[in-house]
Amino acid sequence: MDTVLQSPTIEEITQALTSTFPQVEIVSTAERRVKAKCPREISHDVCLFIHDNLTFEHCSVVTAVDYIDHLMVVYLLSNYYTGIMIDLNVDVPNDDLHIDCVTDIWQGANWHERETWELFGIVFDNHPRLERLLTPKTYEFFPFRKSYKMRSQE
Amino acid sequence: MADSLVPVLEAQEKMDTDKMWVIWGPQHPFSHGLWTLKLKIDGEFCVDADPIVGYLHRGWEKETENRDYARIIPMTDRLCYCASMTYSHLYCMTVEKALGIDIPEKAKFIRIVADEVCRIQSHLMWLAAVGTDMGNLTVFLWAMREREYFLDLNVKLCGARMTTNFPRIGGVRNDVTELFDRDIIRAVDRFEKAMWDIIYLIDDSSVFVSRMRKISYLTREQCANMGLTGPAMRGCGVDFDIRRDDPYDNYDKVDFEVPVLNKETKVGDTYDRYMIRIEEMFQSCDIIRQAVQKIRAIGKNAPYRIKTPTKVPAGTTFGRLEDPRGESIMYLASDGTDKPYRLKVRSPIFTNVSCSKAMCEGVRIADVPAVLAQIDMCLGETDR
Repeated sequence: MDTVLQSPTIEEITQALTSTFPQVEIVSTAERRVKAKCPREISHDVCLFIHDNLTFEHCSVVTAVDYIDHLMVVYLLSNYYTGIMIDLNVDVPNDDLHIDCVTDIWQGANWHERETWELFGIVFDNHPRLERLLTPKTYEFFPFRKSYKMRSQE
Repeated sequence: MADSLVPVLEAQEKMDTDKMWVIWGPQHPFSHGLWTLKLKIDGEFCVDADPIVGYLHRGWEKETENRDYARIIPMTDRLCYCASMTYSHLYCMTVEKALGIDIPEKAKFIRIVADEVCRIQSHLMWLAAVGTDMGNLTVFLWAMREREYFLDLNVKLCGARMTTNFPRIGGVRNDVTELFDRDIIRAVDRFEKAMWDIIYLIDDSSVFVSRMRKISYLTREQCANMGLTGPAMRGCGVDFDIRRDDPYDNYDKVDFEVPVLNKETKVGDTYDRYMIRIEEMFQSCDIIRQAVQKIRAIGKNAPYRIKTPTKVPAGTTFGRLEDPRGESIMYLASDGTDKPYRLKVRSPIFTNVSCSKAMCEGVRIADVPAVLAQIDMCLGETDR
């Protein structure tokens, strides 16, 4: 599908996503919100499609959640014409923490990916500069993982 | 870049100068907090910038995983001393969304009033900072004087000036106090007159205006792609405000216009990013008047808070709100217990400051404080 929708509705978004990528699963929809899940292999293609064809110009958040048996990368993407947000979740297995970086699509994702890398240890492939940002450069652990206990949690 | 700079650039090209890195901060009058700006300069002009943050990283998000939901509210106040009310509001809103509950109408309007008071006092703090950055101490004093009236309103509403601890999950802590509506209308009326003094002081000063005009242009596409949000983005032609386009908590029942500059040209300079905040303050006054009217109409004995369960059902959700500085988001993953499994804060300045490279390129080194003052820096929420 090569048509560019500037202000797509919820139905158009779900329809365009599922028809272009059969692996994308629409988890739920609500008023101005779409929650979708996609496999890691096509995450970059899906993001590019959302940016180019659905005009989601702004990447609000890239973050992760540690579910112990796997990690989940979360993208919150927003459209400036309709106020719709897509909550895109990508599961990453524990033994291979790699995912394609989306900084080439949205420059704003740059620092969010750096932060996610330093706090969770998820490697964003092809990132221009994957360095520690908030924590000291000497850290060799990833403090926001569930396996890292704070003193008060022990 | 301004045309008057062309001979300077031509003369500079003939000279054999090396580029070098100049480090500003962490302790520097322009930084308004602890952060470092590395600037690569070529003679007088910046060619590259590399901001360094993280001196204040406290692990805020990790800390919340160890507390139950109600006890996180005071912590949200400490994210930013200027926008404490909006952050507590955002947190309570996110948890309410995860619980799937609807709060009383009155609480929603009280939250709107509190948010807009917070927005005005935050913008006045920014105006004071811009004044000192530009060497105009009168603006600093006058803006801080006006800010006091709004901090007094905060005291009247919840007893504290800055760390307010006012919104609650399921409403707000207390009803508006006696005569609060009268006082707030008086304060707003007075403020709108007093604001013109400051505007005349700035706009009549050619030094102030010429240091901000025609430097650091940003286009609409750049703003959207880099993630620059808030007033800075609306000054550059992005017609988007979460209060209007993605309304939360009764903002759809208030009638207001979002000020946007350069809608047609879609490119804005530092002065536009400055001017938009001034206009936003007047807009906030308008919203306050309407919301106070609504609170009066609802009546004195209406409920302002409901009881909520302590355990949040498992799942993920997020809340989104227009902070004085931009778009803030809280992403909550819960596992069915009384403590959050993961709480992520999207701070607007964290992303805005990452745009400082695009903002500083081609700017004279003396103008860098003027350009970066428009970010309205606050390190508490940047580093978390």
